[in-house]
Amino acid sequence: MTEIERHSYDVVVIGAGGAGLRAAIEARLQGKKTAIISKSLFGKAHTVMAEGGAAAAMGNVNPNDNWKVHFRDTMRGGKFLNNWRMAELHAKEAPDRVWELEHWGALFDRTRDGKISQRNFGGHEYPRLAHVGDRTGLELIRTAQQKIVALQQEDHREFGDYDARLKVWAETTVTRLLKDGDRISGAFGYVRETGRFVVFEAPAVVLATGGIGKAFKVTSNSWEYTGDGHALAMLAGGTLLNMEFVQFHPTGMVWPPSVKGILVTESVRGDRGVLKNSDGKRFMFDYIPEVFKAQYATTEEEGDRWYDDPDNNRRPPELLPRDEVARAINSEVKAGRGSPHGGVFLTVVDRMPGGAEEIRRRLPAMHHQFKELADVDITKEAMEVGPTCHYVMGGVEVDPDTGAALVPGLFAAGECSGGMHGSNRLGGNSLTDLLVFGRRAGLGAAEYIDGLDARPAVPETEIAAARDEALAPFQREGGENPYAVHAELQQTMNELVGIIRKEGELQQALEALDKLRERVANVGVEPVAVNDGRGYHPGWHLALDLRNMLIVSEAIAKAALERRESRGGHTRDDHPGMSAEWRKVNLVCRLDGDRVQLTRQPMPPMRDDLIGLFESDELKKYLTAEEMPGAAGATAADALDKEDDR
Amino acid sequence: MSTVEAPAKTRAQIKERTLRKDNWRKYPLTTFIIFTAWVAYATVRAFWGSAFYVPEFHYLTPFYSPCLNEICNSVTVDGHTGSAAEFGTFLPAETRGWIPFAAVSLPFLLLFRLTCYYYRKAYYRSFWLSPSACAVQEPHKKYTGERRFPLIGQNLHRYFWLAAVLISLVNTYDAILAFHGKDGGFGIGLGTIILVANVVLLWLYTLSCHSCRHIVGGRLKNFSKHPFRYRMWGWVSKINQRHGMYALITLGSLVVADLYVALVASGTISDLRIFN
Amino acid sequence: MSYQAKFRVWRGDEGAGELTDYTVEVNEGEVVLDIIHRLQATQAPDLAVRWNCKAGKCGSCSAEINGMPRLLCMTRMSTFDPDETITVTPVRTFPVIRDLVTDVSFNYQKAQQIPSFDPGDVKPGEFRMRQEDVERSQEFRKCIECFLCNNVCHVIRDHEENKPGFAGPRFLMRIGELEMHPADVADRRNIAQDDHGLGFCNITKCCTEVCPEHIKITDNALIPMKERVVGRRYDPIVWLGSKLGIVKKGQDTPSA
Repeated sequence: MTEIERHSYDVVVIGAGGAGLRAAIEARLQGKKTAIISKSLFGKAHTVMAEGGAAAAMGNVNPNDNWKVHFRDTMRGGKFLNNWRMAELHAKEAPDRVWELEHWGALFDRTRDGKISQRNFGGHEYPRLAHVGDRTGLELIRTAQQKIVALQQEDHREFGDYDARLKVWAETTVTRLLKDGDRISGAFGYVRETGRFVVFEAPAVVLATGGIGKAFKVTSNSWEYTGDGHALAMLAGGTLLNMEFVQFHPTGMVWPPSVKGILVTESVRGDRGVLKNSDGKRFMFDYIPEVFKAQYATTEEEGDRWYDDPDNNRRPPELLPRDEVARAINSEVKAGRGSPHGGVFLTVVDRMPGGAEEIRRRLPAMHHQFKELADVDITKEAMEVGPTCHYVMGGVEVDPDTGAALVPGLFAAGECSGGMHGSNRLGGNSLTDLLVFGRRAGLGAAEYIDGLDARPAVPETEIAAARDEALAPFQREGGENPYAVHAELQQTMNELVGIIRKEGELQQALEALDKLRERVANVGVEPVAVNDGRGYHPGWHLALDLRNMLIVSEAIAKAALERRESRGGHTRDDHPGMSAEWRKVNLVCRLDGDRVQLTRQPMPPMRDDLIGLFESDELKKYLTAEEMPGAAGATAADALDKEDDR
Repeated sequence: MSTVEAPAKTRAQIKERTLRKDNWRKYPLTTFIIFTAWVAYATVRAFWGSAFYVPEFHYLTPFYSPCLNEICNSVTVDGHTGSAAEFGTFLPAETRGWIPFAAVSLPFLLLFRLTCYYYRKAYYRSFWLSPSACAVQEPHKKYTGERRFPLIGQNLHRYFWLAAVLISLVNTYDAILAFHGKDGGFGIGLGTIILVANVVLLWLYTLSCHSCRHIVGGRLKNFSKHPFRYRMWGWVSKINQRHGMYALITLGSLVVADLYVALVASGTISDLRIFN
Repeated sequence: MSYQAKFRVWRGDEGAGELTDYTVEVNEGEVVLDIIHRLQATQAPDLAVRWNCKAGKCGSCSAEINGMPRLLCMTRMSTFDPDETITVTPVRTFPVIRDLVTDVSFNYQKAQQIPSFDPGDVKPGEFRMRQEDVERSQEFRKCIECFLCNNVCHVIRDHEENKPGFAGPRFLMRIGELEMHPADVADRRNIAQDDHGLGFCNITKCCTEVCPEHIKITDNALIPMKERVVGRRYDPIVWLGSKLGIVKKGQDTPSA
């Protein structure tokens, strides 16, 4: 019953989204025998949901664009809390990664002269997002998937076996990383179909498991997003960076229940969509913060003129930054002016000169999405929207160049790694993040292996412990239903560690999480009727995932309580301002027993040539006086445009 | 090979041929009835050997075009005599009833429609039940598709399409001739309109053909190097979306055109004249 | 607005199983997948179902509802009569793992046999392709790989023995995508016919009927591929031309 298969690889990549696939491709290209562990089927990862595009300063549409401009935009978007080296590498390497995709068969939309077309997006100074309609994520994942198949075909020609040097383990979940002393030596997991256990022996493991959305009740993330990589790294002795930064997208669908949380793209607001409350009022005009008063229209008439004449009018407040809009919607709903299903109304009805026809032409995907999922015709009816948990900026603390975590042999890339996006991620930076750092992590893992004298061993005791842990939910007679515990965890996080945070509520959340810890340790499941009772057992899977969600939830709550300022994806009602002193602080979480320990860690100062890319006027907003460079304003940075989230 | 990740398995055993509860029999059944009725009508008319030409107004039914029997040289209806022959008459009068007067065009038109991608779908579903509807088990034990003789012949569709284009040109010529008035000059009757409408629909059907779409531009890898062919491909693609509809409508329009000419030519009704 | 709906769900594994009756609550705005999840939560905790994005973008929750292949997450309950008994079964063409989950590895094996994109000598960043040249293949790349087309296709649905020689609409469309890719230099026409069974297709269009992405698989991929194959090997004039040396025959790419 507990026979355990063992498989030996050089590199094991956990996660089969954009970052995982890119890491695996790189490890295999470096000649390493590689396994990809995919929680779902191959090619289904959450990357497919990305719509907007992949930000890369190729300068195809505006030749003024280059990595320096992109770097500046990224740092501004992240409110200067980004790991500047990561932002630099990302901006420099993103174009190559996009061209590489094209070389593997991706078909992006084109410019008139046949290059990859690039579109405007919030926070990006120039049109920068390579895209395919509104399904860029699907194109990325399919292309990477097909590149993996191409490599397998090479191996098939050489060795007669597609899996000889690159194997995809579909529907397989890793529950523990295994160590030999202080080094990574493998991973332990189960195959979903049979529930049987597998040990992957490998000196290097790359985490690319994505986000943590399922710790929240309303999220755009799918069921897989349970913070596995974050938790596995912590359990193996790694650290998490700045977990308090969670991006809530202001407009997710709130109805019907089955799609609650699914994104409504920002283009809707960019294309004349307006937000209204149940009184029919365009309430955003009541929520323009003092600092933005100069840039935003104060009357509906002026706001409406802006779409056609942006030079002589100020933009409508529906286009305020994401956190502002999310906060405003939150307040309206709390004040009882929400829509029937607990959101607000977002409407384009009668807003476009071309009428229904123009709506269908400009917003085809949204028209389709609401028609098919909600039976709502957006040309005739308003959409109901509300904030939804979208992305976590925090993640495994890694070396920017190699993706190496603090644990030797452990690497991380993509959403589950931290630092790149600072306190707030710009739209479009995620897809190129996956590619740039996926490749670097794969390369880092390969180089790490080359530097090893001997392969680390997998101790039997580690395997036995991992097996016992995984089987524990079956041994608990009358244990609690994992679904109920999960629902409570999500409710707690949504209500107390959501968009707007307060000290009291965060403390409450930590107390609630303490109680949940006991309940998570006590969840029980019954075996299914067939075989050894573990095949395709959703309750069991959730019981195991709960541990991970609890760890990341605690890390988020602790970090959120600690950081007494508001910045990007972290809004403290009791500390509304952004503080230059706090900018110098990274909050790092590590595990001590089953408790999360938080420490402050100084942010390394930015390299002079990079700081020289900004004007001193701008730097003053973020840096303390002593951090300011001696010779300020080295370059002619272009006029600063506030983050216009479109 | 049975392994930890993929043990050997079989399909779910569900004994029902289909669990569909909608009226999936409607399509194959109506198609079967329409096609059978049409084939019966067309066969009878093709071998009929009379009531195919109205000399007074130059109405020639498409079922007899081009008219190749000696009889076509001199047709008398209602006191008017004329010739329906346009491309010579090599069929002796005695073959009437055995060989259709349009012996050259009809087989190609038949083959064009038989190998047409729309008709293939329609008759594979309704006559061969392979499958009769989606997710409904087909009754056949074996299935080899279009890989062997005779069905491999479906691949010649583009040549039958070429023939159909030539025949459509002849039909167009017939329709132009039908602008013939009582005084021998220009004239329009209901028959003219029916024949013209039929020809327009025949062109729509013929030009919306999938082979045509391939030939005009679909076969190219780079449209941008061939802007004109790209535009043509765009037009054909547009009407190609309704290819099946045109295929059905032209079945009707052919019957209407033929029946109308037959009724006028047999003196059962007289042509409704609009101008001269 | 909620009511009690009658459901019949196929339960079983290893080929043995039966339709089991349930009565389950349905609320306004729900889809079939919500009801399956409610069954899991309330009456059948071990009911196996595969799902992921719940928004029709990942193609995981393929099953058959009232006999028709569909995505569970894209079938709204409002399309059914409240009195109707709704039957949910796993897809029929692939082996069942348990309940509504099937083993779709057939599709991944077929994907491995299709020669990959071949850019020739062009270096990354040097491609110049016009929008009109990429649009045809872009349509096929909308595919979310739900494999409903391969499931519904009678060539393998009703004839297990055809599986080795037939890649199914999904992967014949993949060949079409590569053949129409403006920068691809390989020629897969011959293997499309010989190894991947394009000749099995009798264009009865069920793949197009069930495609949740509304890709015109038959009209835009399979038929154009059939026409290209004709040009490669069934066209008598092309054949004559190549015999006389007027038409130059390219190199056929072998299956991978």
